[in-house]
Amino acid sequence: MKLFKRSRGLGQDGFLKASPFLVPSIIGFSIFYLVPMIISIFISLTDWNGLDRLFADGFMQEHFIGLQNYKDILGSDEFWKVLGNTAEYIALYLPLMLTTSLLGASLLSKKRPGVGAFRVIYYIPVLTSWVAASLIWRSILAPQYGAMNGILEIFGITGPGWLLDEKWAMPAIVLVSVWKDMGFFALILLSGIVGINRSYYEAADLDGASSWKKFIKITLPLLTPAIFYVLIVSLINSFQLFPQIMIMTDGGPNGATQVMVERIYKYGFRYFRMGYASAFSWILFVIIMTCTAIQMRGQKRWVNYDT
Amino acid sequence: MIHKRRLSTVSYYTVAIIIGIMAMIPFAWMVSTSLKARGALMSIPIEWIPEEPTLDSYLKVFSKFPFMKTIGNSLVISITYTVITLISGSMAAFAFAKMRFAKADLLLKIFLATMMIPTQVTIIPLFVVMNKMSLINTYGSVILPSIFRPFAIFLLVQQMRTIPDDFLDAARIDGASNFHVYFKVALPLCAPTLATLAITTFMESWNDYLWPLLMLTDKAKMTLPIALSTLNGQYSTEYNVLMAGALISMVPIVLIYVFAQKYFQNGMMAGGIKG
Amino acid sequence: MKKYLALLLALAMVFCLVACGQSNEPADDGEAVTITYCNFNSSGGNEETLQKMADAFHEANPNITVEIETIAYDDYFTQMQTRVAGGTAPDCYELNIENFAAYANKGLLAEITGADTSALNETALNAFNVNGKQYGLPESFSNVVLIYNKDLFDKAGVGYPTADWTQDDLQAAAEAIRALGDDIFGIWQPITYNEIFKVVAQYGGSLLNEDKTEFTINTPENIKAVQTLVDRVIDSNVQPNTTQQGGMGDWDMFMSGRLGMIPTGIWAFQTFTENCDFAWDIAVEPGSTQKATHFFSNCVVMNPDTKHPEAVAAWLSWLTGSTESADIRLAAGWDLPALKDMDALSAYLEIDPPANRAAVFESLDYLVMPPVIEDYALMSDIIGQYLAAAADGTMTVEEAMNAAQADCVAQISLG
Repeated sequence: MKLFKRSRGLGQDGFLKASPFLVPSIIGFSIFYLVPMIISIFISLTDWNGLDRLFADGFMQEHFIGLQNYKDILGSDEFWKVLGNTAEYIALYLPLMLTTSLLGASLLSKKRPGVGAFRVIYYIPVLTSWVAASLIWRSILAPQYGAMNGILEIFGITGPGWLLDEKWAMPAIVLVSVWKDMGFFALILLSGIVGINRSYYEAADLDGASSWKKFIKITLPLLTPAIFYVLIVSLINSFQLFPQIMIMTDGGPNGATQVMVERIYKYGFRYFRMGYASAFSWILFVIIMTCTAIQMRGQKRWVNYDT
Repeated sequence: MIHKRRLSTVSYYTVAIIIGIMAMIPFAWMVSTSLKARGALMSIPIEWIPEEPTLDSYLKVFSKFPFMKTIGNSLVISITYTVITLISGSMAAFAFAKMRFAKADLLLKIFLATMMIPTQVTIIPLFVVMNKMSLINTYGSVILPSIFRPFAIFLLVQQMRTIPDDFLDAARIDGASNFHVYFKVALPLCAPTLATLAITTFMESWNDYLWPLLMLTDKAKMTLPIALSTLNGQYSTEYNVLMAGALISMVPIVLIYVFAQKYFQNGMMAGGIKG
Repeated sequence: MKKYLALLLALAMVFCLVACGQSNEPADDGEAVTITYCNFNSSGGNEETLQKMADAFHEANPNITVEIETIAYDDYFTQMQTRVAGGTAPDCYELNIENFAAYANKGLLAEITGADTSALNETALNAFNVNGKQYGLPESFSNVVLIYNKDLFDKAGVGYPTADWTQDDLQAAAEAIRALGDDIFGIWQPITYNEIFKVVAQYGGSLLNEDKTEFTINTPENIKAVQTLVDRVIDSNVQPNTTQQGGMGDWDMFMSGRLGMIPTGIWAFQTFTENCDFAWDIAVEPGSTQKATHFFSNCVVMNPDTKHPEAVAAWLSWLTGSTESADIRLAAGWDLPALKDMDALSAYLEIDPPANRAAVFESLDYLVMPPVIEDYALMSDIIGQYLAAAADGTMTVEEAMNAAQADCVAQISLG
């Protein structure tokens, strides 16, 4: 599988020519990622509590337990439940986030008066801290006095308990996450849209194409590299869903919003089972890798790099 | 035709404004909370417009810690962080997207795979590494990781892939070095993406909390989010002061965002030239 | 190309290793010492008070300087754990009870010797004593009292709560107040782990046996205690269920004048004084077969690797037990010191409301401490999860308590 189609232009450069461009990244990767990752793999093979001095004398003899953590995790009901919760989040979040941010990006790409203001306004949720955002959303989603159910009541709908209801807690988290992330992904897509050659649109205008047709026939195909980026990044982020859960539900009600990273954090920093938490995160790593690899493999069917 | 145009204008603004309002509601609430006296907080139904607005919360934020010093620290860190990310990330992206070398694909895959590791478990190992390098309590501990940012590399690779090779070849035929091609041809064509990346990177670095908290224990080196977090108590939080602080800390990012907008316009022009 | 990559990686490693070689500077054995004290308790308004204490201590002990680091509660423990594991913990620091349990049982704390503990409250002191060794000193305390809305009691024509009330008296009063209106409720008491370890004590039960070697979560006393709380929601409905509460906070409900009683922390006084437009007062919490009240205490601990154990012990014992530090605390209206002799706190008693402020100290006669075990957080989360299921009716109380017992036994090994 090739990750990216090779560039044909510059001939065979060889690593020597490319290396000046890569050295900073490789150094940063080695020190700040590779070394901690190797240490973390070692930890995942131990029953280290996350408090004792790491790699003190006799650390491995005392703590090494082989693959026991991995066996325990895969054999636990909790792991599969948490995986299911994460899958539910992804299934709801991805399509909703993609459509709203495409809508947002296309609104922001129009040359109309006031569009500059909208570009700032749409980005405000991204800038808002999760603490502030979750405080207000908790009160908006409050079942009896919240604004959300108040609005639904106008249409004769009795709103659910949202964050307090086992069935609705995850959809509520999705809703708030889409609200928070839409601006970010819309901005990425927007920078893709403004990079599209104007002459395509001018040609279409001459043919009298409608704006919907232009969007489907020109914008969307030429935007596929950016969409691909958004999909990959948001999938990875979804698997690592964390701050909104901690602040809004802390995994409740009744475990309905317990997700992978929430468990990893609790095992590592609350229950002092860092070895178990590390193994958990390497399992998560493999899952994310697999999903990303599938997306990467599928990209040549629809991602268009030729402008 | 004119009628149709008016209709599309109306529907454009209707949709745009509805989304705008939804985006702004929590922000408006932050502003309103920050103007409230302590007693008026968290009332239900929400009191949107404070009955007796006061700037006390803002004064409290300013008096709480050496504000200018803290902002200065945050600015130094975030700007350096962003610049390093943009340079290092775009260099790597150029190599991956526009140069050919053996195992490029494998190396890129390895780089991108680092995005998939939950940072929660690498925190302690990374802390140990930083400690061994005697970087704790230096700005370097917070800034240096910017040299490798897989999200930045990925975004820029995606963007540079769309630059037609003819452009670069033209420059090379004129005898330009790889570095020249990167700097004079590839970078300008990525301007909108670089602007986007600059905003998001600056924002991440500006808001980053846990890592600076672990690294910069010296009060004189404290960054803004750490200073603001000390407004939280174990049993109670003064939300009005917290919101005032959060709003103040949003100001630089909004300014940078507004400034970077110009580059979107330039980007449109660059897009117009190519092909 | 492989060669280059390998070379680069090797270079990076060497760079790292060279940097790793640098050792820490040698200990300073001079007369004047500086020690670092990390805390979360002063975050959110009392940094200056704590600094004042450090200055006063320095004045009395000119050769010891205390450097204070204050970190917000939310991330304090993640931060501290990383520093402890990374070998860069401060000389002394603050811990809450659940983290104290883990740190002490994992051998990460130094026994504090040579500190003067004579002035400290004994129950609190014992909570931080593990196997006869004093690993922590109680630094401040908060407790829980029954706060009630006098106006609603008057309206319902019931007498105010007194110190010798039982749960039955409370139930009767709650029912009378509930009858005042659809939107008015008698009581709000959380059905959570933190509440339950106290309520079961009121019924003569406990979550662990006396020497903490076995879980005793599903004993008849415990089930009866939890059943009482759950019945108030599901059966007599003197306490609102989730829907009736509608996402409103418990304090907000009380402040809106719709709750007769709420057992809650004394840290609510300030907020209630500012926000309640009705008369309210406090009483010692009612018991059942016996009385039991909450006591929350933070403690201060010593890093075994500190180079100045004497200086640390001097600072910690001054901070927790001296009248000077207690005076500074009280003047600032901060948490109360965990002192034995409450006469030192007379100034505190004069603030009104609540008029019956003495109940804060009377409650101390009945205090229970949470069971300090190594896997404290895990135990509290397991029990909490099943209590939530019992509270919303998805499990019966007996099922929930049996399941909690089974889960705790399966997941936690008790020393």
